[in-house]
Amino acid sequence: MKAKDENRTFIDKLLDSDVAISILVVMLGFLVGTLLILLVGRNPADMFSSITESMFGVAKRNGDWNFRYVGETLAYSMPYILCGLAMGLPARVGLFNIGAEGQYIMGMTAAQTVALLVTPFPGLWFFCLIAAIIAGSLWGGIVGILKAKFNVSEVVATIMLNYIALYTSRLWGFTLPGATTYNTAPLPLESKLTKFLIPTSNFNTGIFFVLLMVAIYYFVLNKTKLGYSMRATGYNKYAAKCSGISTVRSVTASMLFAGAFAGLAGAIVLLGGAFPKGRIITGMDNYGFMGIAVSLVGNNTAIGNLLAGVLFGILKQSQSLMQSRNIPKEITYIIQGLIVVFISLRSGLEIVKQKRLTKKLREEALSK
Amino acid sequence: MSDYAIEMLNITKTFPGIIANDDVTLRVEKNEVHALLGENGAGKSTLMSILFGAYEADNGIIKINGKEVSIKNPNVATDIGIGMVHQHFKLVHNYTVTENIVLGREPRTRFHTLNLGIAEKKVQELSDKYGLKVDPKSKIDDISVGQQQRVEILKTLYSDSQIIIFDEPTAVLTPQEIDELMIIIKKLQAEGKTIILITHKLKEIKTVCDKCSVLRRGKYIGTVNVADVSENELASMMVGRAVKFEITKNPPKIGKVMLDVQNITVKDHNGISKVKDLSLQIHEGEILGIAGVDGNGQSELLMGLCGMLPVSEGKILLDGNDITHESIRGRIEKGLGHVPEDRHKYGMVKQFTLSENAVLKDFYKPKYSTKYHTLNFPKFKEVASQQIEDFDVRTGLGADTVAGSLSGGNQQKAIIAREIELSPKLLMIAQPTRGLDVGAIEFIRKRIIEERDKGQAILLVSFELDEIMNLCDRIAAISHGHIVGIFNDGEVSQREIGLMMASSEKGEKDEG
Repeated sequence: MKAKDENRTFIDKLLDSDVAISILVVMLGFLVGTLLILLVGRNPADMFSSITESMFGVAKRNGDWNFRYVGETLAYSMPYILCGLAMGLPARVGLFNIGAEGQYIMGMTAAQTVALLVTPFPGLWFFCLIAAIIAGSLWGGIVGILKAKFNVSEVVATIMLNYIALYTSRLWGFTLPGATTYNTAPLPLESKLTKFLIPTSNFNTGIFFVLLMVAIYYFVLNKTKLGYSMRATGYNKYAAKCSGISTVRSVTASMLFAGAFAGLAGAIVLLGGAFPKGRIITGMDNYGFMGIAVSLVGNNTAIGNLLAGVLFGILKQSQSLMQSRNIPKEITYIIQGLIVVFISLRSGLEIVKQKRLTKKLREEALSK
Repeated sequence: MSDYAIEMLNITKTFPGIIANDDVTLRVEKNEVHALLGENGAGKSTLMSILFGAYEADNGIIKINGKEVSIKNPNVATDIGIGMVHQHFKLVHNYTVTENIVLGREPRTRFHTLNLGIAEKKVQELSDKYGLKVDPKSKIDDISVGQQQRVEILKTLYSDSQIIIFDEPTAVLTPQEIDELMIIIKKLQAEGKTIILITHKLKEIKTVCDKCSVLRRGKYIGTVNVADVSENELASMMVGRAVKFEITKNPPKIGKVMLDVQNITVKDHNGISKVKDLSLQIHEGEILGIAGVDGNGQSELLMGLCGMLPVSEGKILLDGNDITHESIRGRIEKGLGHVPEDRHKYGMVKQFTLSENAVLKDFYKPKYSTKYHTLNFPKFKEVASQQIEDFDVRTGLGADTVAGSLSGGNQQKAIIAREIELSPKLLMIAQPTRGLDVGAIEFIRKRIIEERDKGQAILLVSFELDEIMNLCDRIAAISHGHIVGIFNDGEVSQREIGLMMASSEKGEKDEG
């Protein structure tokens, strides 16, 4: 008997393909969602038509094209994608960043501070975005340093910092010009992101920054020395350390990047058109938390996060359409939840893979 | 006529894709200490798990005291008087000793409330009777590993087991605790218990066992009277060939001092000094071997030298440069190579491909960067492919093979290839051949000698005295973090070194 690399079965290949598994999981989520719709006696076709309409803009009922829906879908996708990246990069280094929400809030707060306090000039929006990136990055960096230097659990630190961010943002918001209980003075036009392509929707130039961040994520992780160190640290921090890689640096850098991604998301949501005035938030927007799910579905890869972010955007946009068609919008949350639950099967599959591998090695050893 | 306490006849057990036990027969007489000897994966643990009811055999009969039994689960085993002391203790850490012992069979008062007092008394009695010193009221968290093992033994005694199986009991113990365990086993035997000792340590077998059965690759090889055979004979039964293979090597061409370790002390993660005031020198062109029992400071010495653990006192000079407080990367750059003891944990990133692993220590260097300062993956691959060829690493996909999918021998070859490739001034190699197959062992040993002949200074740590004796030009015996003697090759016999390692153990007081 020899090592059986040549007779890898279909199952082996399937198990090895993260992409195939992600797609299967999403399909499974939709399948169960469909069954639930049937169970409550509604027509799943209405659900799917809502979803396709959000994806492509084509209205099944009268054949009209309504690209506004596509624009809204993409607008929703932007923070999802960014928050997915904010979860994904630390995950590749072995950290669980539940703090994207707080980093998002800090980014948003910084952006609106710049927008409201700086005398408006053309291109102000760009500085708002930069401020958001810096603020988010610092907020994430705190956790990174605590973790790397003092081994403070990033989970606890990020959860705490989420609340600190929320209430700091509120307190600070009240001091901004024109503050009421819920909002501040109107945001100057110069601070807003320009709508384009589909001006009827909130789709805006933020998308370029999102795509840039996806590219940066990919580039840093896969092409740079820092990325190599990060991946080595994430897979096996002992071997990384023993090989002279600074795990402290990997950890801190990943949190700095994560904060930047999430912070940018906060600014894009704020300046993207849905909010005419600055926000004094009473609760969390949950984009940061949804980022956890996004990165799970996207398997922490750049492209995976991009696609998963769009998927979540589609589901969010289709909610309003579903409601108009008598489909409870909660089904989208259920589908999202199901997808996350099913995606956790990946760890189960890892065990299956391990078992198959040990089995193979054992056979090999035995046959010698 | 049947004086056998245990008879396991023609036991066959297959797991998906593997025959763990192939027609194995084991007979253990009443009141004897019976060793079950075999290499890793020989099927010892499987056989005992069948006896203890954790697995069911596909085929074969088990008789206890001449009566055929069917042991469907561990509870049945316990009922018929079989107890097992597992290698990894199964204890609840925030419970007391007594609570652990009575877990699942707690004595009750009339009102059905817990009656621990009576249990404590019984535990105390048992512990006095068998010399198992342990306080029934202390929490597991607060007692040493050796004492935890005693709790496991007490568990079997508490349920009145007549047959006690020890699964690799000494793997986790300090030398003193091993000695104490041996006394305990003798005492258990004196009290009429039948004992099976699963092990691959020959010395223990010689110390306490009456009979020894050998398994190899799932097959039963034979049973011998321990008194009638030498350790070497046992070893060749276990491995299946004459164990000693001498390596021909030229006399060393010794150069200048490459590594000079001066009175270093290294503490482990718990702050306990594992290396104490240790000094040694290694020259160019020689292999210095560290011989000693596992856990006498070898790991900490290497970790201290490579920078994973801080050196709290003393100095390390590498080629004249003080590297005592150098960073890990700094030491690597200054020429310190390290093939770690635990290759999976410290030596490689399993999920990386061989080409990524090949540059794990120097990927940041300009030669691996493109002109845009990104990583030059084709260059990685080039280096890795060369290493794969030079070291005969058997792979599925060449440099693109994921490291974790290789067999242990090939992983080790890849790691050694990388470390030699970095051409360090000093190569530290720990357990170079542990768990490898014969072919890989010979290849690796040959390469180590070759490096030495090229003038490399090599520090070799191995728990296999044979390996040390075969490869090294000088041998340093280590005990309790001290070097207790340094000899030239051929100056001493294996026995003498063994005595060095052992004799000093008794003289020392454990500092705990």
